[in-house]
Amino acid sequence: MNTTSLDSRTTQQPEDKARQGGVSRYENRLRLATVSPSVLLLLVWMIVPLAMTIYFSTIRYNLLYPGENDFVGLENFYYFITDAGFLAGAANTLILVGSVLLISVVLGVLISVLVDIDFWGRGLVRVMLISPFFIMPTVSALVWKNLLLHPVSGIFAAIWRFFGATPVDWFTHYPMFSIIMIVSWQWLPFAILILMTAMQSLDQEQKDAARLDGAGPLAIFWHITLPHLSRPIAVVVMIETIFLLSVFAEIYTTTSGGPGYETTNLAYLIYNQALLQFDVGMASAGGLIAVVIANIAAFVLIRLIGKNLTDKAS
Amino acid sequence: MMLTLKQTRQLRTFLLGLLAWAVGLVMFFPIFWMILTSFKTELAAFASPPELFFTPTLENYVEIQQRSGYFSFAWNSVVVSFGSTIIGMLIAVPAAYSMAFYESKRTKSTLLWMLSTKMLPPVGVLMPIYLLCKNTGLLDTRTALVIIYTLINLPIMVWMVYSFFKEIPKDILEAARLDGATPLQEISRVLLPISKGGLASTMLLSLILSWNEAFWSLNLTASKAAPLTALIASYSSPEGLFWAKLSAVSTLACAPILIIGWLSQKQLVRGLSFGAVK
Repeated sequence: MNTTSLDSRTTQQPEDKARQGGVSRYENRLRLATVSPSVLLLLVWMIVPLAMTIYFSTIRYNLLYPGENDFVGLENFYYFITDAGFLAGAANTLILVGSVLLISVVLGVLISVLVDIDFWGRGLVRVMLISPFFIMPTVSALVWKNLLLHPVSGIFAAIWRFFGATPVDWFTHYPMFSIIMIVSWQWLPFAILILMTAMQSLDQEQKDAARLDGAGPLAIFWHITLPHLSRPIAVVVMIETIFLLSVFAEIYTTTSGGPGYETTNLAYLIYNQALLQFDVGMASAGGLIAVVIANIAAFVLIRLIGKNLTDKAS
Repeated sequence: MMLTLKQTRQLRTFLLGLLAWAVGLVMFFPIFWMILTSFKTELAAFASPPELFFTPTLENYVEIQQRSGYFSFAWNSVVVSFGSTIIGMLIAVPAAYSMAFYESKRTKSTLLWMLSTKMLPPVGVLMPIYLLCKNTGLLDTRTALVIIYTLINLPIMVWMVYSFFKEIPKDILEAARLDGATPLQEISRVLLPISKGGLASTMLLSLILSWNEAFWSLNLTASKAAPLTALIASYSSPEGLFWAKLSAVSTLACAPILIIGWLSQKQLVRGLSFGAVK
């Protein structure tokens, strides 16, 4: 758009016509000077470590045994995939991402429709709903573990006792469920934040017209509200997937992946190989597998919604 | 008794409002409980059933500074998040400027490519980054965290600033250009004053993300450069009664970000959704 207006200006002033080539050359130089720092930095950030990871994944490389860096081909990948933790880690990653996505999208839609109603104290309720998103992951994990889920002094135990039930030792008996609860508590508010804002741009007149035509609340929700929220929901799914694939601090501070491999996801498994067992080669192989999984997810998601993103932004 | 249509509607709004309040209170409860516990004595914090009424004490806040040196960790968090935000803005604003006002055929694919770098899971590059930091002496330094946070937040910052710049009418800039303004003057005298609200919320988002980041801070720092996320993780191996102290340190660590989040929730949505939801 800008170039066309520049062009029209130059045609209005014929004596400037010679400058036209100069303008676009100037624009190119400007573009190069301003965009290239970001692009170069991100390119280096992507390529250098990734290339090193690929290299490490093909050699024997353990920090405990320096100097024995023979080329081993795909051996690291073989050991990583046949390791007892791999299947558990992959399954747990899927369970964690899937459940948290489901919880945050379904409850997120329902809650943001609920707080779109004009009731007393709505502003305050909204602030309360989104607050957990701003709490740092290590804090939410430890607050849940020690103040809420603790089998002796936690709030849940007190509620259980109040109803005459035996308190549950959450992290021993339902470790994955506990992690899902904590992570959902952090990411449901993100969905609410995005969907609640999107609800505000919903055309009220369209809803009123549908109501006059005799449409019930369910029909309005299904045919007007939900289609309106489809793009924001896609955004929520995409961004949460990126972050949920790499959930780490919550596991690190509560269960350390245990008991057994019950709460080990791929991120934690690789961390375990790398910085606890010092097996750089195997951790790198695992890292590459995680990258491949993330890229499959990213490819599918960008295909689904990436185009919409730039179309809307422009 | 028959209710009129208006009364039914009022009753329904009232009941749904009540439900919304209940949901909000449940979601907020862990934070409320954390703040409350931070003012209890350790003995009261462990009491079962939990005590709702007690004599508040500030001893936990005094003790976390004396025992674990809260302020040095907080200072690391401040330096790292402000450092990466300022450097990130210096790189992102020029890029967003030319992408928004001198769009080319490649602009959209560049933007999408930047977004795709966010898809690279950190564990995929954990080993090389760790070893690079180790061999260059950057392990456990604030410099390492500043560099990494700048890079991981850069795509979001470019997107967010870009989407704010897109809303500015180009005529304003062209008018300045016709008056003989250089690009630098254009940016500093015209663009920045108009878009300062958007730039401020971009900076706030970057501050929030860096402040709460807990993968690199846990893996790359030990004691010298450890920010608050790492200090709190150190409370995961308990020694004796520590509930109240954990709550106090958590409350202090989260309060600034919580307040920033409350104040800027509307503007944050745009950055968090890469400009798709406004």
